[in-house]
Amino acid sequence: MEQIEFDYPAAKRRMTKKAYVGVVGSGDMEVLMEPAGGDGAHVSITTSVNGFQDSWKAVFDRFFSKFDGAVKIQINDAGATPGSVLLRLEQAVEVIEQ
Amino acid sequence: MSTSEIFPAFVNRKSFIELDGRARARSLFDEGTAKELVGPFDRVQSPWLPIQGVAPQADDGCIVIKGKIGGLPAVVISLEGAFQGGSIGEVSGAKMTAALDLATRDSETGKKTAAVLLLETGGVRLQEANLGLAAIAEVISSILALRRHAPVITVVAGTVGCFGGMSLAAGVSSYVVMTKEARLGLNGPEVIEQESGIDEFDASDRALIWAIHGGEQRVGIGEADALVEDDAEKIASAIRGYVQAGPPSEHRSEQVKLNRDRIAALDTSTQIDPISLRKKWNGNTTTGGAR
Repeated sequence: MEQIEFDYPAAKRRMTKKAYVGVVGSGDMEVLMEPAGGDGAHVSITTSVNGFQDSWKAVFDRFFSKFDGAVKIQINDAGATPGSVLLRLEQAVEVIEQ
Repeated sequence: MSTSEIFPAFVNRKSFIELDGRARARSLFDEGTAKELVGPFDRVQSPWLPIQGVAPQADDGCIVIKGKIGGLPAVVISLEGAFQGGSIGEVSGAKMTAALDLATRDSETGKKTAAVLLLETGGVRLQEANLGLAAIAEVISSILALRRHAPVITVVAGTVGCFGGMSLAAGVSSYVVMTKEARLGLNGPEVIEQESGIDEFDASDRALIWAIHGGEQRVGIGEADALVEDDAEKIASAIRGYVQAGPPSEHRSEQVKLNRDRIAALDTSTQIDPISLRKKWNGNTTTGGAR
């Protein structure tokens, strides 16, 4: 198991809602997205698959190139592919932007 | 021609099986009454899984929602079958027990609160073995305390099914609702095959499994009360009916003499087949789900 953390200080738009989507099942993950206390976004990942820090970084760089909300994201992952990760993140954004 | 004439009913129905654990629980409540207790943002999760290199889930796969069903107070406890096979660990077990005990306390002070258990589970979580076993004992004892006051309704919808220690929880419930996709049994097919050999039970034989553990057979022999189609509205309506009915005068698990006599009367010199068992035990003449 691996713990990965990222910071995106440029994401400053204030958010008010929370979102919870997904499930920690094989090839899937859960996302807890909530407004961040201070400035910028923070990502914290717990994954049962080791050695994919670079892939996670690439996915979140792409995600925060379009999304600018100051959110705290926590992920529990059971081997989601980069594609599923992005879909789960977009699903969570859909909930908090409603 | 309207759409209902073009498409048969099963196309337009809202499947219950396709919902996740939380959506299943929410679909049962009267509109606007559901409130989740100890949700994912409370982050009460298993402390044991990360130590063993397994990612935990923020609600430990156990969703507890309080609200009203058919205007009556009720709590729904739903196990998420996609997380660790819906298995019971220390945290999910404690959530179940606490929810049942709160319902008992409310019921004792005059506010009768029914409990609905949505069980999609293989039983004890192996990574938390002893704590899981203890949790099952606590859950069963809490069900026994509550069912004197208010009904405890178990729903096994599928597709995980309900096995192991949690099948005992289903066994002591007031009512059991199943779909024909669901399975209910103490030992799962693979466990039986592993312990007693492939001659005893072939775990790759799906027709055999559903003829023994399947919803149609369980309702057929009287081990479950209602066979409902995989339709969220039909399942919710069956549950509303049982919540309104209150606890039965005698629970299935209290019928000790009946079950002793049934087993004593079985002729084991020849292979017992599922269909004749339905007739013998339940006067049931259905033949669905068996080959």
